[in-house]
Amino acid sequence: MHHAVIRAESLRKVYGEGDTEVVALRDVSISTERGEVAALLGPSGSGKSTLLTALGLLNLPERGRIWLAGRPVVADGVALTDLAAVRRSMIGFVFQKANLIPFLTARENVLLALQLNDRVGRSAGARAQELLGYLGVGGRADHYPEQLSGGQQQRVAIARALANRPPLILADEPTAALDSHRGRDVMELFKRIAHEQGAAVVVVTHDHRTLDVFDTIHEMEDGVLTRAAAPPPAHAPPRTADPNPEASP
Amino acid sequence: MNLAWKDIRRQGLRFVFTGLGLGLLFAIVLAMGGIYRGMVADATMLVDSVGADLWVVQRDTRGPFAERSTVPRNLEDRLRVVEGVASAETFTYATIQRGDVARPVRIGLVGLSWPSNRGQGIPLASGRALGQAHREMIVDRTLGLDVGARLPLGDDVYEVVGVTTGFVSSGGDALAFVTDRDADAILGWMAPESRRLAGGARADVLPSAIVVKLLPGVPPEEVKARLSDWSDVTVWTGDEQRHLLLRGVIDKARKQIGLFRTLLSVVSAIIVALILYNMTVAKSHEIALLKLLGGRTRVIVGMILQQALLLGAIGYAMAVAIGSVAFEHFPRRVVVTPVELGGLAVLVVAICVVASVAGIVRALRVPPTLVLAS
Repeated sequence: MHHAVIRAESLRKVYGEGDTEVVALRDVSISTERGEVAALLGPSGSGKSTLLTALGLLNLPERGRIWLAGRPVVADGVALTDLAAVRRSMIGFVFQKANLIPFLTARENVLLALQLNDRVGRSAGARAQELLGYLGVGGRADHYPEQLSGGQQQRVAIARALANRPPLILADEPTAALDSHRGRDVMELFKRIAHEQGAAVVVVTHDHRTLDVFDTIHEMEDGVLTRAAAPPPAHAPPRTADPNPEASP
Repeated sequence: MNLAWKDIRRQGLRFVFTGLGLGLLFAIVLAMGGIYRGMVADATMLVDSVGADLWVVQRDTRGPFAERSTVPRNLEDRLRVVEGVASAETFTYATIQRGDVARPVRIGLVGLSWPSNRGQGIPLASGRALGQAHREMIVDRTLGLDVGARLPLGDDVYEVVGVTTGFVSSGGDALAFVTDRDADAILGWMAPESRRLAGGARADVLPSAIVVKLLPGVPPEEVKARLSDWSDVTVWTGDEQRHLLLRGVIDKARKQIGLFRTLLSVVSAIIVALILYNMTVAKSHEIALLKLLGGRTRVIVGMILQQALLLGAIGYAMAVAIGSVAFEHFPRRVVVTPVELGGLAVLVVAICVVASVAGIVRALRVPPTLVLAS
């Protein structure tokens, strides 16, 4: 049996009104499971980012319902729980730009996510260092973002997204600022994380060269979601590699 | 990990210089309070040092410090026989101006009742009290004279035998103490031509007031009531004379300083608010990221408030440092008491908290999706 980490049904989001009304999401339903890496493709303005922000509980749709780890969190534009708290503990975000806080070192940027989730002390420091090492930037832990390359910054951002072992990772064009080689590295990384840590990963991307990495590919156009290729994950995530079983659905 | 501190560390000197600028502003606020307290101290210093229970002055006047007052010389003797009176001494006070137009020298001249009062009650920084009835004086250091210096006044040259520190009039002029006879001579001095026209007579100078001290346990109001039917004098108790000085002579200056200080406090609050608002705007992206990561409101509010208070603390420390170095060089006395320092600390905290509201409101309005837009 597959466990949906994130499930959305019949999402509808409208911007503007009257003549300027734009329907960004038209009855969009989507579900992503543990260990699954899903791509969201589509032209600019198709509604990909709107869907991602809706799934990230940042931009609530007027209609439709969202479940996270089996728990209803949004219904018809109404938050059913403290969404900030859900974001804090259950969702990891990665963006086109690394969006690191410039006055914090790489380690502190990762620690910040832990601290916001009330995880402080030596174990938090060890977790941050462990993640940076896992992502290959352990040696740059005490460097400030401006002292890191674009790829290193993105790896630190991914480490930050993973810090609280979230069951869901949302990434908005995470490779756009990277060259093709590094872009592929990052996508491979997402796949490794999904499979090793049991997280569901949803990635908005324009990069067709890396589509082979994804388990599922969704395509969007004019606010409508279609599943372009839907090979179900061939393998379940290895249980021994899941560092956060209690957060998993 | 303290985000406020980390951000400040990144800003480094820019933050410190902002704090220093605020410090200059707070130093002016501190100076205003200190100048007011200095005015009060100056205005009441002479009255307090005389220590009179009653000031007997010309009828319907408010005494030697508020307006011109002259009393007959025999009033001293008449008062000595009044029941409850321990002593009665003449007191002469007038402001004189010497020097030239470019460098005028103003002196608050006090005539002491010789020989009973030689100025032995005046706190001296150096030298001694008056030792002879003529041509000796005690002056304040602000006059720029030291012990042994000689100062020509009228027909005589006076030797400085004692120097006080901070003994000035309510107008900030240095006080000079001479015997009552010398005060008469100085105040009654006429230029040779004027004297010739007056037929050789010198101007007659009468005492400004009679200073009365009462026997122990005698209430001043009781003696004042006893003197109320004397037709040629008005009597003020020591407290009333002090009140007249504070409410009369320096009242307008007090109000002006108070208003100026209020204005400065408001300006400080506005400047701090603008600084904090701009600092918040500059951090909009980081604030949006904190929100996106699920940061609680108290984390964001705490960051802004902590920075505001730290900015205020730097400003406060700078203001106190400026005050301790610069205020002693001010032409008027600036009295900074622990109460004044405590008051400024409370004011700075209040300004910082109130001023941070604009930044906090701005921060709370930053949408987490701003991260995605950039």
